[in-house]
Amino acid sequence: MSITPITMPKWGLTMTEGKVVQWLKPQGGAFAKGEELLEIETSKITNVLEAEEDGTLTRIVAPEDTTLPIGALLAVVAPETTPAAEVDAFIAGFVVPEPSEETMAEAEAGPRTVDIGGRSLRYLERGAGVPVVMLHGFGADLNTWMFTQPALADRHRTIALELPGHGGSTKDVGAGTLDALADAVEAALATLDIDRAHLIGHSMGGAVAAAVAARRPDRAATLTLIAPAGLGPEINATFIDGFVRATRRKDAEAVLRLLVRDPALVSRTMVEDMLRNKRIDGATAALETIAHAWFPGGHQAVDITASVAGLAMAVQLIWGADDRIVPETHALAARVPVHVVEHAGHLPHMEKAGAVNDLIRRFIAA
Amino acid sequence: MAQKTIRQALHEALAQEMRRDPRVVVIGEDVAGGAGTGGGRDAAGGVLGVTKGLITEFGEDRVIDTPITESAIMGMAAGSAVSGLRPVAELMFSDFLGVCFDQIYNQAAKFRYMFGGKARTPLVIRTMIGAGRSAAAQHSQSPYGIFTSVPGLKVVIPSNAYDAKGLLIQAIRDDDPVIFCEHKLMYDLKTEVPDEAYTVPFGEANIVRDGDDVTIVAFARMVHYAAAAAETLAREGIDCELIDPRTTSPLDADTILDSVARTGRLVVVDEATPRCSMAADIAALVAEHAFGVLKAPIRRVTAPHTPVPFAPGLEKLYIPDSDRIAAVVREAQGYAR
Repeated sequence: MSITPITMPKWGLTMTEGKVVQWLKPQGGAFAKGEELLEIETSKITNVLEAEEDGTLTRIVAPEDTTLPIGALLAVVAPETTPAAEVDAFIAGFVVPEPSEETMAEAEAGPRTVDIGGRSLRYLERGAGVPVVMLHGFGADLNTWMFTQPALADRHRTIALELPGHGGSTKDVGAGTLDALADAVEAALATLDIDRAHLIGHSMGGAVAAAVAARRPDRAATLTLIAPAGLGPEINATFIDGFVRATRRKDAEAVLRLLVRDPALVSRTMVEDMLRNKRIDGATAALETIAHAWFPGGHQAVDITASVAGLAMAVQLIWGADDRIVPETHALAARVPVHVVEHAGHLPHMEKAGAVNDLIRRFIAA
Repeated sequence: MAQKTIRQALHEALAQEMRRDPRVVVIGEDVAGGAGTGGGRDAAGGVLGVTKGLITEFGEDRVIDTPITESAIMGMAAGSAVSGLRPVAELMFSDFLGVCFDQIYNQAAKFRYMFGGKARTPLVIRTMIGAGRSAAAQHSQSPYGIFTSVPGLKVVIPSNAYDAKGLLIQAIRDDDPVIFCEHKLMYDLKTEVPDEAYTVPFGEANIVRDGDDVTIVAFARMVHYAAAAAETLAREGIDCELIDPRTTSPLDADTILDSVARTGRLVVVDEATPRCSMAADIAALVAEHAFGVLKAPIRRVTAPHTPVPFAPGLEKLYIPDSDRIAAVVREAQGYAR
């Protein structure tokens, strides 16, 4: 075993630096893979960094409350027998790696758009390999995959696609129904030359992913559904209505807090991003149309139980134990393996990114 | 998303609204930019190039070049607004408000009230504010406090390109007269701006930076100076919350009061003169509604109560800068009863 660094991660497109909020393991403490090491705050989000391997937190280099660039040394992990002088030398000799040309080019590239018969959908593409397509939930955008996409992009061509009415995509949602959204996704995949992909869908995007898989089973290698819509009638109508109505920061913040178990995850920038999406002409009307088609009278009108039951490809469900938007009990309706993520609400892929990334990686590698 | 300057953002807002709504017209001195001069039609697009290209796309009926007569411009704008158009009139320098103030203050601002809500005055007046170009005392003022004091007027002061576009579109769609203040040294500032049309609501401040020690409220160019001061102060362990109200009428009092409730300290930064000003107004608001939480006296960093000097050295001293802001914040933070 050698000395390894723990460095400032890059979460999301715009992150350049992060602040060490709190160490969750003491210096000298042992940790297991997946355990939470420290809390990091970026302009977008506050989240925890989880251990990638077992180890000992030999030396904490970055004190709490300090802001450091991506790649900066936060702590040193070393075997217990390592002399202190060697650790000192490692710290003294540590150089923040220059971002590779590839990373720079990707950062430059940013999201692009794909034309689907006169309408445009925005997407973010990263990496190469067997494609993985990610579909966000109601009101969200590609930023929901800020922790998921980088974890998959080292082995896959990953596409985070924005559904009609959302993010930087067209505000023309047609009837806004499951079929209308699935049509748009199918058209985008065809234009992007994706014959077959691992599909990942969250919430409403989960139902859309399931519909796409049911229509063209040959095109879906696997299907991962994170707290999907369409498995039961209940839905948090306060969230849906509040999301559609919110125009002010305070209202938006209250709505976003319903999504997560720990309200501290909702940063001012997350709120601002939501409002910026909603301020674009046609965005609120598009959400209203979709909400009316999917959740009339505060109940789910879309039912994907039959199509999920009939799917031949591998399907997994991931659900936050404390989901306040779509109840976790809906998982029972689908007779497929369910992974319940503790200490997470409706955004387990953000709240417990390490655990969910592991579930997805193992599932699509199998 | 593309980075755009405030100039481009304003141009986009005008062009997109003129395409969307045929009632939107532009009125002002030189808005057709060079028409009738040796430079040729649409050579410049106004003194700052914001309206360049509009006359070519929309023609002379909707891009109306006027003589140098502010009273006529504002009279025409107010009259056309109550009779069904949605004019965007240009008062090139806000310093010239004196020659057309009757049309703004005693006409446009009063119509809705005096006609029992039956008259609408969807009028936008774009106007330049700010010192820093040695343009001397008659072309360097920031009189948004005067406009803000008039019931019936809405007043907008953007500090970045994203807000500039969204607020101008909101102003054009608003049914009341809106004074839209553009700082003359900020037209080239860039931020990410969506290509689509969007609105930024009036009366909702932008929180530029979060902090728990001192609340700074700043306008226009001062937002950037205050942000730089806050960076410096953060390295000293003082965390400032920086609030850009974006509109002074309506004013987002809640965001300011909520912030002061947490920090207990307020510094208002304003390039305008201090008497009967936005700085005075916000200080009064907080003194009246948050006196009990204050840990230090409210402080104001403003220009002095004098005309703007022409001499560059004096003008530099006249305008608040980051060092002055930081020094006052340190005093507020260090205050002991």
